[in-house]
Amino acid sequence: MTLKQYFSNIFTGVKSLATGMKVTGGYFLRHHKEKITEQYPDNRDTLVLAERFRGEVIMTHDDNNEHACTGCTACELACPNGTIKIITKFDLTPEGKKKKALDTFIYHLELCTMCNLCVEACPTSAITMAPTFEHSVFDRSQLIKKLNKPGSKIREGVE
Amino acid sequence: MYRETDIIQTIPGTDEMVINVGPQHPSTHGVLHLVITIDGETVKKVEPHLGYIHRSIEKMCESLSYRQFIYTTSRMDYLSAHINNHACALAVEQAMGIEVPLRAQYIRVVMDELTRIASHCLWWGSVAMDCGAVTPFFLAFREREMINTIMEETCGARLTMNYMVPGGVMFDLHPNFQRDAKAFLAHFRSKIDEYDELVTGNIIFQNRLKGTGFISKADAISYGCTGPTARGSGVSCDVRKWYPYEVYQQVQFDEILETAGDSYARYLVRLAELRQSMSIIEQLIDNIPTGDFQAKTKAVLKPPKGEFYSRVETARGELGVYIVSEGGTTPYRIKFRSPGFSNLSALDHMVRGQKLGDLVAVMGTLDLVIPDIDR
Amino acid sequence: MSFETLANWVHNWLYETLHPTVALLVEFAIVGVLIIGLFAVLGLVLVMMERKVSSWMQLRLGPNRIGPWGWFQTVADTLKLIVKEGMTPNNVDKLLFNMAPMLVIVVSMVIMAPIMFAKGIQIWDINIGVLFVAAVSSLSIIGVLMAGWASNNKYSLLGAMRSGAQIVSYELSAGLSILVIVVLTGSLKMSDIVMAQADGWWLFKGHVPAIIAFVIFIIAATAETNRAPFDLAEAESELTAGFHTEYSGMKFALFFLAEYVNIFVVCAIGATLFLGGWMPFHIGNWEGFNHVMDYIPSSVWFFGKTFLLIFVIMWFRWTFPRLRIDQLLSLEWKYLLPISMFNILLVTIIALAGWHF
Repeated sequence: MTLKQYFSNIFTGVKSLATGMKVTGGYFLRHHKEKITEQYPDNRDTLVLAERFRGEVIMTHDDNNEHACTGCTACELACPNGTIKIITKFDLTPEGKKKKALDTFIYHLELCTMCNLCVEACPTSAITMAPTFEHSVFDRSQLIKKLNKPGSKIREGVE
Repeated sequence: MYRETDIIQTIPGTDEMVINVGPQHPSTHGVLHLVITIDGETVKKVEPHLGYIHRSIEKMCESLSYRQFIYTTSRMDYLSAHINNHACALAVEQAMGIEVPLRAQYIRVVMDELTRIASHCLWWGSVAMDCGAVTPFFLAFREREMINTIMEETCGARLTMNYMVPGGVMFDLHPNFQRDAKAFLAHFRSKIDEYDELVTGNIIFQNRLKGTGFISKADAISYGCTGPTARGSGVSCDVRKWYPYEVYQQVQFDEILETAGDSYARYLVRLAELRQSMSIIEQLIDNIPTGDFQAKTKAVLKPPKGEFYSRVETARGELGVYIVSEGGTTPYRIKFRSPGFSNLSALDHMVRGQKLGDLVAVMGTLDLVIPDIDR
Repeated sequence: MSFETLANWVHNWLYETLHPTVALLVEFAIVGVLIIGLFAVLGLVLVMMERKVSSWMQLRLGPNRIGPWGWFQTVADTLKLIVKEGMTPNNVDKLLFNMAPMLVIVVSMVIMAPIMFAKGIQIWDINIGVLFVAAVSSLSIIGVLMAGWASNNKYSLLGAMRSGAQIVSYELSAGLSILVIVVLTGSLKMSDIVMAQADGWWLFKGHVPAIIAFVIFIIAATAETNRAPFDLAEAESELTAGFHTEYSGMKFALFFLAEYVNIFVVCAIGATLFLGGWMPFHIGNWEGFNHVMDYIPSSVWFFGKTFLLIFVIMWFRWTFPRLRIDQLLSLEWKYLLPISMFNILLVTIIALAGWHF
């Protein structure tokens, strides 16, 4: 190593270090404008989640407490994890015929990976994904949910 | 009055001692366990012990249908979850003979490249952190966060998107997607020079990486290295160039090759790939054709009896999906050829005779994702 | 009333009312309490400053939950560390293991003695002040080596050995750059060095050698305090926590505190030697300007300069990657040491010829 190289090494080294320090120093001075962190529990009111965000499976009910689930178990078959368990019952139609209907839609949130395959599989768009994400509970059993509301029944005309 | 346990044990007859790096260690990026033999600061031998996060995904896939098993691969290489799903979708489409609509192909490629950028961003932050600089990690997460938000908007999830279905993609693009992606690219173009200023040009960083972790072209091929690890040694192995899938044939991009074969070469390859990915997205983002985003497929997929193989270029290298079908609704056997496994096998070769600090830096430039190795 | 008169009043009162030996012991106790108090405050303030500086450089907010803008965060952390169990693992060398943090903290306390905190506030104006600092600061490595060896942990041992190699080498260039100022001043006494800078700081008066010595001193000080980019003794990505891997609770806190107090001490020395200690900033014949500067209290000048240097060292830490052990040593032996040697030759010629201002 010649003397010239020796000093040019020092010069380029110091210059590269100064360039790096310029970047961090710049951020230090502009820190109030460049913040990237969010103060999560405080910003709950202004927090906007994407509309397609997949947080949990819900069953949509209209104002008359009616859902669109026929109890066909397509979602149960589509689910890779055994998250969904559908219990069906037989209702009597006005003509006196027996008709298969939904009794209980059991949804295991603790097993769900939010893959959306059940929603894709549903022929009547009865279930959908909700953009909620605060699922912490103190007891695991609270994560096993019953999705059809009490007293709800299938909407007219849904086959 | 020393008891046996009081003395730091060395290998009898030598000055070497055995250290367990991991499975809980800040720089193994997960639960990798390296049993290393060191003589002072010099690494004599590295022996990776795997299996701490083995979830038997391959076996699990055998009990899942062809639609269902795709989501499990998001959990392999979680940093390029999207590209893993893509490989599986390609394999199923090949088995079923499904023609993917052009729009879906464009969306898939754009998403792949976004994922690649996100993955390389995280890698850039973590390799800097392995070398001791913490600030780059946060800068990298700023960019990664923007991509995650774009993903969330269109795919509905941030990390394990599960956006691919056999025959296309699950949803159409969000109306804001093009606007947001372009905004991200403009932001990233202005920030990527900062990456060079802060880390690439830094003399300490260069000295840490240059000349360490060398692997020759021949060795890289014989160890089965792929991706940026092999391309840093001059092995042309980009699946996107050699076996183009989807619309990669129509876009202009360079396969980045460096010949030095050391850590710094691998670093440069990845950093250049960031710019290539940006250019690919820029070429495609305005030209996404209208049409279906998903081909019409049967509800239950039953591929014919046979063996099917598809490969894609993930952020880490070549991911192969090998399916054996017996004609049923579930695969008879699935094998994933993950890039991390082969790249990790070259670690011992790369760091022998180098310093302990180099081991960490080399591991950083290999960009290991442990669930990808263990599966 | 200045601090000096207060101190003199207390001194006289003690000696009048008490037996001289008892009075001396009482004075020792007062100084000891003051130093321990300063330690606690410095630890809290510096840790907080480090966290805020790092978070602002990393586009984060930093601690902001406890107290106004999070200023009591470090107090809470300290309380947590105090109530935490101080584990002594099995199979460690118990005596050395428990002694090491004490030794480290005692060393950083002793080093405080000759520092002039403000005009007239100095514990011990020893006539070899600079030599004392250089000598005592090298003792802290013994504590680190003890901790590393006694922990019976391979990571700790590696960290301690790295630290040993590092501090022994960097002491040379730190000492040589201190020597530059000693040559210029002609005295080892801290008060003399400060008084010699009444008409201008050595950084400005000392031509090129003083600037070179200042830069080398900052680098060596960063290395001596085991701070990034020279934090090989800790090197969390390689050795998890280096020499204090096995420590927990208050024993860990003592190491932590000693690190920050050491930063303060080396920066205080740097400020005293190169930036004039408590001397206000004066420019030549600008009487009005100099007068305004004189109104700022001397303690503000001292702490301002010291914290400026501390900020620079923190800036290094949050920007640079860590060096490798061989690069660390080659930086010292191939670059800093030869340059310091030539520098001291240069400054001797300048001092002999009287070319400095």
